[in-house]
Amino acid sequence: MFPIYDVIVVGAGHAGCEAAHAAAMMGSKVLLCTMNMNTIAQMSCNPAMGGVAKGQIVREIDALGGLSGIISDKSMIQFRMLNRSKGPAMWSPRSQNDRMRFAEEWRLALEHTPNVDFWQEMISGLVIKNNRVCGVKTGIGLEIQSKSVVLTNGTFLNGIIHIGEKQFGGGRTGEAAAKGITEQLVQLGFEAGRMKTGTPPRVDGRSLDYSKMEIQYGNENPEKFSYSDETKPLTKQRTCWITYTNKEVHKTLETGFDRSPMFNGRIQGLGPRYCPSIEDKINRFAERERHQIFVEPEGWNTVEIYVNGFSTSLPEDVQYAALRKIEGFENAKMFRPGYAIEYDFFPPTQLKLTLETQLIENLFFAGQINGTTGYEEAASQGLIAGINASRKIAEYEPFLLKRSDAYIGVLIDDLINKGTEEPYRMFTSRAEFRLLLRQDNADLRLTQMGHQIGLANDSRLEKMLDKKSDTAKLVNDLKQKKLSPDIINEGLEGYETATIKEKVSIEKLLKRPQLGLNQIMELDQELKLYLSKYKKEVLEQAEIQIKYESYIEKEQQMVEKLNNMENYRIPISFDYLSIPALSAEGKQKLHKVKPETLGQASRISGVSPADLSILTVYLGR
Amino acid sequence: MSFSLHEKEDTIVALATPQGVGAIAVIRLSGKEAIKITNAVFKGKNLEKQESHTIHFGTIRDGERIIDEVLVSLFVAPKSFTKENVVEISTHGSSYIVNQVIKLLIRKGARPAKPGEFTQRAFLNGQFDLAQAEAVADLIHSDSETSHQAAINQMRGGFSGEISKLRAELIHFASMIELELDFGEEDVEFASRNDLRILVEKLLREVEQLILSFDLGNVIKNGVPTVIAGKPNAGKSTLLNALLNEEKAIVSDIAGTTRDFIEDEINIGGVIFRFIDTAGLRETTDVIEAIGVSRTQEKMKTASLILYLFDLGDTDMVEINRDINKLENLGVPFLKVANKIDKAGSLFISDLKEKHPDTIFISAGQKENLDHLKDRIMELVNLDKFRTGNTIVTNIRHYDSLVKTRQSLLDVLSGLDNQITNDFLAMDIRRSLHYLGEITGEITTDDLLANIFSKFCIGK
Repeated sequence: MFPIYDVIVVGAGHAGCEAAHAAAMMGSKVLLCTMNMNTIAQMSCNPAMGGVAKGQIVREIDALGGLSGIISDKSMIQFRMLNRSKGPAMWSPRSQNDRMRFAEEWRLALEHTPNVDFWQEMISGLVIKNNRVCGVKTGIGLEIQSKSVVLTNGTFLNGIIHIGEKQFGGGRTGEAAAKGITEQLVQLGFEAGRMKTGTPPRVDGRSLDYSKMEIQYGNENPEKFSYSDETKPLTKQRTCWITYTNKEVHKTLETGFDRSPMFNGRIQGLGPRYCPSIEDKINRFAERERHQIFVEPEGWNTVEIYVNGFSTSLPEDVQYAALRKIEGFENAKMFRPGYAIEYDFFPPTQLKLTLETQLIENLFFAGQINGTTGYEEAASQGLIAGINASRKIAEYEPFLLKRSDAYIGVLIDDLINKGTEEPYRMFTSRAEFRLLLRQDNADLRLTQMGHQIGLANDSRLEKMLDKKSDTAKLVNDLKQKKLSPDIINEGLEGYETATIKEKVSIEKLLKRPQLGLNQIMELDQELKLYLSKYKKEVLEQAEIQIKYESYIEKEQQMVEKLNNMENYRIPISFDYLSIPALSAEGKQKLHKVKPETLGQASRISGVSPADLSILTVYLGR
Repeated sequence: MSFSLHEKEDTIVALATPQGVGAIAVIRLSGKEAIKITNAVFKGKNLEKQESHTIHFGTIRDGERIIDEVLVSLFVAPKSFTKENVVEISTHGSSYIVNQVIKLLIRKGARPAKPGEFTQRAFLNGQFDLAQAEAVADLIHSDSETSHQAAINQMRGGFSGEISKLRAELIHFASMIELELDFGEEDVEFASRNDLRILVEKLLREVEQLILSFDLGNVIKNGVPTVIAGKPNAGKSTLLNALLNEEKAIVSDIAGTTRDFIEDEINIGGVIFRFIDTAGLRETTDVIEAIGVSRTQEKMKTASLILYLFDLGDTDMVEINRDINKLENLGVPFLKVANKIDKAGSLFISDLKEKHPDTIFISAGQKENLDHLKDRIMELVNLDKFRTGNTIVTNIRHYDSLVKTRQSLLDVLSGLDNQITNDFLAMDIRRSLHYLGEITGEITTDDLLANIFSKFCIGK
């Protein structure tokens, strides 16, 4: 009934979809297994993509040839560029999305991807021979053969949903949990753990009084995620709203605390500190009189509303009563209660940088199974796992991104070397080279690599190369071109910046904090005409490269320094246990992770600088 | 300081006590063969059959020739400083004897230790962490009570306490910056530019203080550079010897131990005074006369203390006033020391007391009033602040890290002045976190995030 597949992907969420698409595009024969074909690419939580650091990841996925950017663009209902008031490295695209359209676009895209087959059933186990995976077992007892398997089970592995004192098995509300895989992997020697996350209630938009809330509009000139021409920016957008909890809401919530699974110890798994439930917020920050609530539509046409900021696992009657005390929610009707979910994960220190497991050959993990949270984090891992599964069986070199290449590189390096205690989310502060890892240059950083491995298509590459050469030409011109005092001094005064005495290059002017390219071109009509022949993204790129040149150079020097450490290889057979001087923790962690380079060793949590000095001495530096 | 693995297997030997100082010298061996090698030259009990932490009397012999009577202390691995077999041989403190014994041990298979190699072995064998190893090295090199105290403090974490306070404050500052970057959309109150400025200025003051303490720390470790200035025959050498004899009750009486070595450093009240350019002092030129010569002036300026010494019987007031004037222009703290009190006329003394009431009257030859001179010296260098438990940086690596930390904090400050956005400020802050981390252990993003999450309600 089934051929022997190159890659079987288990799970069709953000990670699974990217993995299946990438592997198939690179020529692998792929089977995508999901428990329910109607819920492919469900946004289980908020109907939004991107945000600070996450938006950069979506652009990186797109630059490499993944689909998350294009799908997000096609299902977008609102766009905002966050952090505009800060430097360009902080600008972060974020979109509100139509939940149903998002899932539909993904399904259509996969259906149109050659080499992707589908199978709807629960996968209950792996077929393993000689520590190598060679297929999966299904719920009804089928065995499907493959050369590699990518597990992207999300919250489904032994998922337990909590609402107040009620608890039941499930991977998402209304969907069954997946059983069997954890038990088998533990038997094979994997270490497993438990994590927790939560989601807020959904309400009927027709029952809300928006006149009592602040309106939150999208950007006037919306942008998009994908670098390709396949998508266009929105021409109309939906608005969101902001409202607040109050003391009454808090009091009502507190009446349910004795029945909260969070507080009475029924939930064992560790939840994310940066995504706390509303009960957690009022419990830990009792002094705060109100908390922000984002009222987000779930799509273009649906009346369903996502109550962002109100994640909870309190009993549904308490949720309902508390919701109705929120300004504008007095008559709210609840569609679905919020809930908490516990699920199995496998500490990611058991993986290689390719996301292949150390224990079982050709078995790859991606997404929440690795202890991460977030659509973008999951999708990017799926992409890397899919790429590497495909390359491994074709006997190509692994595809790895460095910390200085991409947020995706930071994410995977952190996971493998540091592991994670709580669901791991990306922050810009996690990236030591964040001034280089910007949303405006993900294509310049990654598209060539994506093209080289056969994922990013020719038109993407050409577009990127055009942008690169146009930018280089423009930067050069801006350095050469000088403006004279008699033409621009009046304008400079208008911008409240110092006038000039002799001709000054545009480059010099651009470095002034008060001046951007948009301001400077207004000073000189001839210049404006000249600049008008360049694309917007080229102008932006040139401006950033000139304005922040010194900072960017400084970071690039640091990258080179780091790469020196990265190039210092540690023999795989190195015996850490025989070095008494290493700290107990450092010894254990080094032994477990077996870092390939001194640079990698330096990033393993529990490995102290003293341990590193000792290693350096032993390695004979 | 690196060495290859097979070198680590060697048994090393070195003199453990300072060269040429005491009546007793200790020669230390460490390594697998330490006991065996010692036993081969030792006549007494069979050392290889003795328990750890025992002391044995006997002789060291080269063939039939007795080199010295010694005490041998045994420390069997792993119960030793280096966690290897360690032997300490106490010999009489003659450098001739010491050299003979060491040469003999080398002939029997030991290898001369490189500087710091004992400490390094202790470190590599897991006896110490890096900071402690450095403190131990300092302790070993510490020649005086105050220096010893600073090293001990560091080992006990006095320095670490101060630094970890600084670290916590820097983490707080950095997370205030990061908060606005990663959580700009959150409903929390961000620190204003002015708040940030106040924070970074506070940090700078603290770093500055630690950096300044390095100069004091240096004094403790390396001694207060001191010059005795005066005409030939003012009694400079006599004074030096007088001070020396007071402090070093055990002056080596073994032939071959030269004076030159110990003359350089004198311990007064637990502080080392290092007499610079002592060769010049012994020359018969008048140092003060030579101040006009720029080279001499530079030398004098490197001193932290000058003892202006004059012979009461051989100096008139005009000369004294002229010398004092020159010294005042030099800007180095100095004491006026009138020597040969026994030879002076009373009229001249009372005149001097009137014009220069702070003159110290001594007789170096008769060792009179030397305690008073020492008290005044101590007052002048005012080292009391060292002893009140203030943290002092004595380690050049720490000093270097602190200086770099300061530079990046200054960059942060100028960034605030130039109104650059937080993402660029963060770059400089990260550098300071990195440099401070070289002392305290790495400061990671997780530290910053943990601080943010504990203080602010983050997340939707």
